[in-house]
Amino acid sequence: MLKIENLHARVAGKEILKGLDLSINAGEVHAIMGPNGAGKSTLGNVLCGRDGYEVTDGTVSYNGMDLLTMAPEARAATGVFLAFQYPVEIPGVNNTYFLRAALNAQRKTRGEKELDSMQFLKLVREKLKVMQISDELLHRAVNEGFSGGEKKRNEIFQMAVLEPKLAILDETDSGLDIDALKQVAQGVNTLRSPDRAFLMITHYQRLLDYVVPDFVHVLADGRIVESGDKSLALKLEEHGYAGLAERHPAGVGA
Amino acid sequence: MNSMINESSSATTLRDNADVAKVLGRTYSAGFITDIEMTGLPPGLDEGTVRAISAIKGEPEWMTEWRLQAFHHWLTMPQPDWAKVKLDPIDYQAISYYAAPKAKPKSLDEVDPALLETYEKLGVPLHERAALAGVAVDAVFDSVSVGTTFRKQLAEAGVLFCSMSEAIREYPEIVRKYLGSVVPGGDNFFAALNSAVFSDGSFVFIPKGVRCPMELSTYFRINAQNTGQFERTLIVAEEGAHVSYLEGCTAPKRDENQLHAAVVELVALEGAQIKYSTVQNWYPGDENGVGGIYNFVTKRGDCRGDDSKICWTQVETGSAITWKYPSVVLRGDRAVGEFYSVALTHHFQQADTGTKMIHLGKHTKSKIVSKGISAGRSSNSYRGLVKMEKSAEGARNYTQCDSLLIGKKCGAHTFPYMEVKNPTAIVEHEATTSKISDDQMFYCRARGIGEEDAVSMIVDGFCKQVFRELPMEFAVEAKKLLEVSLEGAVG
Repeated sequence: MLKIENLHARVAGKEILKGLDLSINAGEVHAIMGPNGAGKSTLGNVLCGRDGYEVTDGTVSYNGMDLLTMAPEARAATGVFLAFQYPVEIPGVNNTYFLRAALNAQRKTRGEKELDSMQFLKLVREKLKVMQISDELLHRAVNEGFSGGEKKRNEIFQMAVLEPKLAILDETDSGLDIDALKQVAQGVNTLRSPDRAFLMITHYQRLLDYVVPDFVHVLADGRIVESGDKSLALKLEEHGYAGLAERHPAGVGA
Repeated sequence: MNSMINESSSATTLRDNADVAKVLGRTYSAGFITDIEMTGLPPGLDEGTVRAISAIKGEPEWMTEWRLQAFHHWLTMPQPDWAKVKLDPIDYQAISYYAAPKAKPKSLDEVDPALLETYEKLGVPLHERAALAGVAVDAVFDSVSVGTTFRKQLAEAGVLFCSMSEAIREYPEIVRKYLGSVVPGGDNFFAALNSAVFSDGSFVFIPKGVRCPMELSTYFRINAQNTGQFERTLIVAEEGAHVSYLEGCTAPKRDENQLHAAVVELVALEGAQIKYSTVQNWYPGDENGVGGIYNFVTKRGDCRGDDSKICWTQVETGSAITWKYPSVVLRGDRAVGEFYSVALTHHFQQADTGTKMIHLGKHTKSKIVSKGISAGRSSNSYRGLVKMEKSAEGARNYTQCDSLLIGKKCGAHTFPYMEVKNPTAIVEHEATTSKISDDQMFYCRARGIGEEDAVSMIVDGFCKQVFRELPMEFAVEAKKLLEVSLEGAVG
C-alpha cells in the first residue's frame, strides 16, 4: 500500500529526514517510535503534504500513485488520514458541518455521490458507536473549547466517519489520561480491518499495550534504525533511546 | 468624562500560492451595463442644478427651499478627511446629479423590458408573480425608482411603501414631519450634498400597531456613467409598529470612480421595531484598484419612543471605498440599538465603517458586533462611538470587534471611542485580530476540503454571529457573496 524509499525532507532549511525507508501493507499496524527531534512528526506531515516540508530526495508510492506530487486534499480523498497531534480550532464552524463538508469533498473527488443531511446523520449515529463523543461536542465549533482528550477523541471520530485507507496517528496518545487513552485505543481497534493500514507515531510504549502493532520501527536522526515486532517497543521502554545511539551512531544507519 | 481612543494595527501572513489565484477567474457578476435611453442633467452643480432636480420631480416649494438651504450649507463645508482612507480629490462639477430612463412608466406593466431584464439578471424579478415570495421590492435605477411591487397588498395593511419622489407628492405632511429630523440637512458634508440633490429612494411608513406583513426591500442600481447616486430613504414606524427592511446595491464595472452618497433616516416611536439590513455589493474596482464606487453614506436611526428598537445589519463586500456608520440615537427609555456588521475588503478596497450608539434614555441598551475581513492589499477599519450621556441612567453597551486577516499585505484597524458621562452606565469592549492560520488551512485540506472552500468555511464561521441576524434568504445570499468576493484571496 505504502512504500517510502530513501526519503529526505527539510523543514526551514534543516534536513530532518535523511533517507527513510518504510513499507506498509494493507491491514498492518505499524508503530514508529523514537526520541524527540528524530523526525516522527515530520514524517506524518510530509506524507500528508503540509506546506513548509520540502522533500529533497526519495519517493513515496501509495497504491501505485506518486503521493508527493498530490495536494493535501487529493491525498485525503484517496484515503490518507492524519490524526493531528494538535487538532486545530475553527471558530464558528459547526463540528458536524465540517465533517460532512470533508466527507462530501472527498466523495466528490472520488466521483461518488455526496451524502445529504439525513444520510450523513445516519452515518454519524452509526459511527458514534465506534467513538462515543457527546452530542454537545458534535454541535460545538470544530475543536473550540474542547479539552485535550476531547480533541483527540474527535480526531478518532473523524477517522471513523471518513474511513481512510491509511491512517497516520501523530502522537494521539500524548496528553491523555489512562481512561481517555483506553477509549482512543478502543476506537482504533474497532477500525482495524484487512484493507486499512495504521501508522502510529508515538513516544511511549503504553499506547501499544492497547493497540498491539504488527511492526515497531525506531526512528532516529531521520531514518529507521531498527525494526521489529512488539517486543522491540518493550526493549526500548527498558533501555531508553540512549542505548540506541550507541548501537546506531548517526550516519551509519540500520 | 471618560474617553478612550485606541488604535491597533496588524498585518500578518498566509503563504503565497500564485497557482490558486490564477485558477480563479470568477469576477464581479453584476458588472454589466444596461443599454437604455436615458435623460438627465449635464454635469455640474449650482443652485440651478438643485432647482432643476426639484422641478423635474414636481416638488412643492417647501421641498425646494429645504434642498437649497442644505445646498448653501454644503458650500460652506470642507470635505472631511478624518477617515482612514486614501482617495483622489472629487470634482463635484464633473458629476451629473440626475440620470433617469427616458420612458416614464405609470405602473410595473409599463416598465421598459430592458430594465425588467436588468433586475431579473440581478436576481430581483419585479413581476409580482415571479417576485421573491413575501418580499416587496422598490427598484431604484440611477436617480429614480422604476417600480415597487406588492403595493396593493401592503396598502391593505396600512403600510405605505413607495419611492421618495412619490411620497413627497402623495404624503407631504408625513415627509415634511420626519425628513431631516434624524439627519438634518447640514449634518455632515455628504449628508448636506445628499439633501441638496437627492433624486429618489424609498419611503416606508408603518402606522401605529401594524406589523408589516412582508419584508420590504429596495434594490439600488447605478447604471449611467459619470453620475452620482444620491438616494434618500426614510422609514417611520409608529407606536408598536414592526418592520424589516433590506437594501441591495450593485453597479456596472467602470474605470472611473463613481460617487454614491446616500442618507437613510429611521424613526421608531414608542414600542416600535425597525430592522434594517444591507447587502452592499457596489462595484469594488478591479484587482489593481481601478474604478469602483465611493460609498459615503449617512445612516442613522432614532429610537424616539420608549421601548423602541432599531437593529442595523450590514454585509459590506463592494465599493472601492466604504465610509459609513449606521448609528442609533437611544432617546426613549429602555430603547435598544443593535449593529451587526461584516465588512470584507479585497484587492485595493478600503473600508472605514462602524457605528455610533448615543445613549440618552434610561436603561437603554446597545450591542455592537463587528467583523472585518481583509484580504489582498486592502485596508479595513472599524470606527465606533459609544456615548453615554448624563441622562443615560443604567445604560449598557457591549461591543465586540473582530478582525480577520488573509494574506500579508492587508491591514485591519480598530478605533473605538467611548464617552461615558453617567457613572451608572456600563460599557464593554472586546476586540480580537486573527488570521486564517496555515494550521487551519492544513487541517481542512488534510480532511479533503480544497483551499478555496476552506477559506470560505473559515470566513463563514467568523461571520456566523452576524449572518444569524439577516433574514433567512439574504443570509444565504450574503454567504455566497462573501465566497465570490474572496475568490483568489488565498494567493
